[in-house]
Amino acid sequence: MKAIITVIGKDTVGILAKVSDACACANVNIVEVTQSVLQDMFAMIMLVEIDKASVGFEELRENLNRVGDSTNTKIHLMHEDIFNSMHRI
Amino acid sequence: MLETKDILETINMIDNENLDVRTITMGISLLDCMDEDIDKACVKVYDKIMRSAKDLVKTGEDIESEYGIPIINKRISVTPIGMVAAPCQSKNVVRFAHTLDKAAKELGVNFIGGYSALVQKGFASGDYALIESIPQALSETDFVCSSVNIGSTKAGINMDAVKMMGKIVKQTAEITADRNCIGAAKLVVFCNAPEDNPFMAGAFHGVGEADTVINVGVSGPGVVRAALAKGGAGKDITEIADMVKKTAFKITRMGQLVAKEASRRLCVPFGIVDLSLAPTPAVGDSVAYILEEMGLEVCGCHGTTAALALLNDAVKKGGVMASSHVGGLSGAFIPVSEDAGMIAAAKSGYLDITKLESMTAVCSVGLDMIVVPGDISAETISAIIADEAAIGMVNTKTTAVRLIPAVGRQAGDVLEFGGLLGSGPVMPVRAGSPAVFINRGGRIPAPLQALKN
Repeated sequence: MKAIITVIGKDTVGILAKVSDACACANVNIVEVTQSVLQDMFAMIMLVEIDKASVGFEELRENLNRVGDSTNTKIHLMHEDIFNSMHRI
Repeated sequence: MLETKDILETINMIDNENLDVRTITMGISLLDCMDEDIDKACVKVYDKIMRSAKDLVKTGEDIESEYGIPIINKRISVTPIGMVAAPCQSKNVVRFAHTLDKAAKELGVNFIGGYSALVQKGFASGDYALIESIPQALSETDFVCSSVNIGSTKAGINMDAVKMMGKIVKQTAEITADRNCIGAAKLVVFCNAPEDNPFMAGAFHGVGEADTVINVGVSGPGVVRAALAKGGAGKDITEIADMVKKTAFKITRMGQLVAKEASRRLCVPFGIVDLSLAPTPAVGDSVAYILEEMGLEVCGCHGTTAALALLNDAVKKGGVMASSHVGGLSGAFIPVSEDAGMIAAAKSGYLDITKLESMTAVCSVGLDMIVVPGDISAETISAIIADEAAIGMVNTKTTAVRLIPAVGRQAGDVLEFGGLLGSGPVMPVRAGSPAVFINRGGRIPAPLQALKN
């Protein structure tokens, strides 16, 4: 299954590295990354594969939340279907 | 890949605009639990509910976690207990309420609905005893919700039941007076009650339904208001209606996804998505504020009914394409105590019970969560129920009355419930006695609208 990680906050050094590191530690494969600056806010979106993840969904979310706390950003981990169903007919 | 702006829009809806799934409600038929012996019947009811819904809460929490969508309530609705109790020789039907409450507590669900009777045309065996027991049942339980259907377009209005319900509503408030009259907040009187409604307090599992079923109620007034605030300036009404439709589509798609996923994981058929804008007392999650965003100075001023009609219709049009099965109440709710904008409008005197009554002709339900003075007569409550049922009967729509007589309080006071039920200013009702009209009893004949064949 694929999930989407979103990172929103003020841009600082090393955000991408820290989020990627959390994914690698959990054996989560990053398929695609986009990032942009929206209304002075940094927004990074990652499409990831979590089928072979070494940790459960909830644990991965907690790990990412810790990265969010340390980089002063807000990180969400959500199943990609929620976005597909809302924005695609 | 998905567009960045779409992903951020969804995140923003959840984080800042109170988007949520209000409830996953599992409907459970109790038709196979009937027994002449009330003890045996209660055991069967308890066992069936515990067996059918054992994974409901856990599944709801799992979906919430994986999809990142808050699911506020997990609930159960059951076959109207008036029917289940019909064969019982003992008329101590309140035992069923205790059984439902026990099951709800052990399963961890938020509410269980179906302590109900359908008496639109007359009282069957079991109905009378059930209605009489409602005040006691709601005062002695925490999670049980009750509803009584007293009219329909097809059957007309059962005025004997209307008369009875005026007394029952008042007694229910009085018996729970020490708890802010909370019992009355768990009791709804319906005309044209839907059989697949996932929302409380009026949810029950209709007799035409499958053995078990999953119904989902969405929410999202805050998202609609935010969409209008962002893009509504200078737009004409047609464009406003289109914006509401597009937003309702997105909200409902989320509800459909949650419903299908819950249905798949629980191996229970998917019933319906209820396309409702259900407010909460949180600021920013209000239906009244949507109407004000459209350009009304305050909810309740002239123009409110038209704005609500537009909103209600656009929500349905947007939502209906987003879901494979739509049902329940589907529309905009206007529960006064549960909506920050309605509370404010009522406190400032712009919104009164007569304006609310006209609004109910174009919204999804009726006079909902309205606090009235504690010294209101039972006949006046019955007359308010009759007025509201007449609107539903003639317009072939669901209407409901959930009044809370605030014992010991007068117009201008405030009754605080807390949580999702909010707080309600006590609203004055009209003077003049309808007692002779109400005490006649009998039935209001079904209107010509019923004769469609």
